[in-house]
Amino acid sequence: MNNLSLLMDGFATILTWNHLMIMVIGVMLGMLVGVLPGLGAPNGVSLLLPLTFTMDPVSAIILLSCMYWGALFGGSTTSILFNIPGEPSSVATTFDGYPMARNGEATRALTLAFMAAGLGALAGVVMITLLANWVAQFGLKFSSPEYFAVYFLAFCSFIGMSSSAPSKTLVSMMLGLAFATVGMDSVSGGLRLTFGIPDLVKGISFLVAVMGLFGIAELMVTTEEGLSFKGIKSRIRIMDILRTMAELPRYWVSLVRSILIGIWMGITPAGPTAASFMSHGIAKRFSKHPERFGKGEPNGIVSPEAADHSAGTSALLPMLALGVPGSATAAVMMGGLMIWGLTPGPMLFVTRPDFVWGLIASMYLGNVVAVILVLATVPLYASILRVPFAIIGPVIVAVIFTGVYQVANSTFDFWLLLFFALLGYLFKKLDYPVAPLVLTMVLGHRAEEAFRQSMVMSDGSLTVFWSNSLVSTIMGLGVLMLAWPLISKVLGLRGWRQRLQRQKPQAPKSPTSDSRV
Amino acid sequence: MYQLNPLTAHQPKPLSSGASKARPVFKLKPLALFFAALTVSGSALAWQPERPVEFVVTSGAGGGTDTFARTVQSIIGKHQLMDKSIIVSNKGGGSGAEGYVYSASSKDDPYKLTFGTNNEYLLPEVGEMPYAAEDLQPVAAMAMDEFLIWVNGDAEYESAKDFIDAAKQNPGKMQFAGSQSKDTDQTLVSMIEEATGTEFRYVPFNGGSQALVQLAGGHVDANVNNPNENLGQWQAGMIKPLCVFSPDPLPKGEPVYEDKGWGDIPTCQSQGIDISEYRMPRTVWLPAGAPEEAVTYYQELLKKVSETPEWKDYVTRTVQTSQFLSGDELEQYIDNNASTVKKVFEQEGWSAS
Repeated sequence: MNNLSLLMDGFATILTWNHLMIMVIGVMLGMLVGVLPGLGAPNGVSLLLPLTFTMDPVSAIILLSCMYWGALFGGSTTSILFNIPGEPSSVATTFDGYPMARNGEATRALTLAFMAAGLGALAGVVMITLLANWVAQFGLKFSSPEYFAVYFLAFCSFIGMSSSAPSKTLVSMMLGLAFATVGMDSVSGGLRLTFGIPDLVKGISFLVAVMGLFGIAELMVTTEEGLSFKGIKSRIRIMDILRTMAELPRYWVSLVRSILIGIWMGITPAGPTAASFMSHGIAKRFSKHPERFGKGEPNGIVSPEAADHSAGTSALLPMLALGVPGSATAAVMMGGLMIWGLTPGPMLFVTRPDFVWGLIASMYLGNVVAVILVLATVPLYASILRVPFAIIGPVIVAVIFTGVYQVANSTFDFWLLLFFALLGYLFKKLDYPVAPLVLTMVLGHRAEEAFRQSMVMSDGSLTVFWSNSLVSTIMGLGVLMLAWPLISKVLGLRGWRQRLQRQKPQAPKSPTSDSRV
Repeated sequence: MYQLNPLTAHQPKPLSSGASKARPVFKLKPLALFFAALTVSGSALAWQPERPVEFVVTSGAGGGTDTFARTVQSIIGKHQLMDKSIIVSNKGGGSGAEGYVYSASSKDDPYKLTFGTNNEYLLPEVGEMPYAAEDLQPVAAMAMDEFLIWVNGDAEYESAKDFIDAAKQNPGKMQFAGSQSKDTDQTLVSMIEEATGTEFRYVPFNGGSQALVQLAGGHVDANVNNPNENLGQWQAGMIKPLCVFSPDPLPKGEPVYEDKGWGDIPTCQSQGIDISEYRMPRTVWLPAGAPEEAVTYYQELLKKVSETPEWKDYVTRTVQTSQFLSGDELEQYIDNNASTVKKVFEQEGWSAS
């Protein structure tokens, strides 16, 4: 294997004390920006960029990519502990991670998330090592209709399983789509729904919305219920981390499936957000106990995390192989490449193999370093929940407001934050699901763009979505996902599955579920 | 983050803001001293930044404008041309409108140096923007980015002439991918249509890199990306350039793909597309009302930047033309450029007013 020997050269390049130090520093800085809502990986990396101007490219890319890993892990931490996703792709982690932490199993939730994430990332790197050439070609097959099909599939795999009333899910999705249209429309070049407010030209930042909908709204509910986190009495033991690691193999089905989804979404590149939502949805759909999702189901933590990180890692492949950024952070790093004097593109593999394979080798090592470092901090983070709510609550509010200001240095966003906090609170009180709103708000804009580009390309004919085998397959999968509940009913699959479960020791639970995701 | 200059950070600060007026520039490095000595006007030296300067970048991180601003930042840092730190903030929402609105709303503020292209004065032409072109004043244009016609590497067209002939055979069928809508790319495609009497279909994408992938994947027929956006893929032979919209061929350089280099690309005019020049200036702005001394200060600062070897390296690597414009020259250029493009906007019915 030629790639393998090149990889060994890469390891030879990076295995110096200097580079290992850079890795540790990068991961720690990344965890810091990941934990602070509003900073996130892309911002963190661009803040660090000026420091790399004088470094040699290999050290610089190691620093930035390790920061990226650290930030991805940090983002999951706040999702699980405080229901505040640091970035779009960790929203799906809140669905089961936060309930588990509230049940007093913060250590278990964090360990599961970090281990799954680490495995996901490693799988992504292995794929890059083995299949770089082939995968890069595959990414080129994607045009606007295919993109739309992927988003369609993400929506469908999510809609089908929402347990709220279908009409409520629909309302929530439509609201999300409406929020996504605010700002400039890149297809017509016009402004939409800005109501003459200059601050709305840039659109509504997802982070502002999510911090209101999840973070502040959650605090309001907690305050109403009596100013305490549930389950804070639980003790934190190092053994819990080890025990959780030992329980991981039990979720191998979810892990493998989510990693595949993640890699697929990373290279296409629909991105980590679509991947994590989709794999949480699919895990629930194919679970024997869908009713446990939303209440702290381990599979519901493992799936989005593994998918998020394998997608995040695979997203670097298009950057290396094609010279096209697969994510916001990759875009910043590509800007860095140019400043360091490298030209991103397919020839980078030929002209600077030391750089490319050094980066790939650093992905292996960087992720291992990151997993060790974050696992070491689990007891620290988990113990935050033991601080009385009267102290931690106001601190979270302050952190959220700082984070929101950080997004665009705009005080107008404070009002938006309060608006979304109220909306989130209302949703909870009236039992509307928030997740569909978040999903359509993040992906709605891109789905709309892809749809309208397809329409321009096809002269307005919808047949473009069935025009080749690739797009037809994805669309077909989407429709299948959407109709799955109906199909399984018609075929009597549900009864079959229950019969199968009855043979197992546990009694089957009723398939009705009231979980809100 | 904050880029502190270790050598200058500890220097004595002026006693008060009033005192800074008289503060001589000679405390700076010898390079600055040299340029300061060249400058005759005494009042121009009066203004000095007293706190960190914000670089407002009207594109997302990683975009062409972002690379431009960060290159300037890195050069200022390396040569210690300014003894206050720089904060870069990316405000690329709404095709860059976010950044311009942000600067425009800080009238008189000399600490918001805004980096962009000609979209500063084009955006308000096509959409109801919450800022007017006059809300910012031009400081300098530092380079001109070129435009080319690119096709897929496997396409049968050997020349721009072949390409236009094929388009004439299938009017309205051939697709151009471009960045954004009613922006520089679509304007150029309209001008090509006008000049050749053909029709194309323009598909707007979110940024040049997406327009590039669509072309490399063979989903569209052409794009009009800047050299830098497509260089890596041309090296690999995935796409190829047909002609360049500059009055003369680009400077000869190293061969990029097979034996062809940038200098071997014919001008579009020589290929029968009667557009002698279409370029995009890389511009720097300040909010309207910022003191004139501040404008002069930044002009001199950027001039020094444009004379460094690192700047020349950036311009060569990104295949732009280094051209420093400021003052009346710049006003003149903007007037010309705006009126050319406005004509297209009116023809196409894009004008907002």
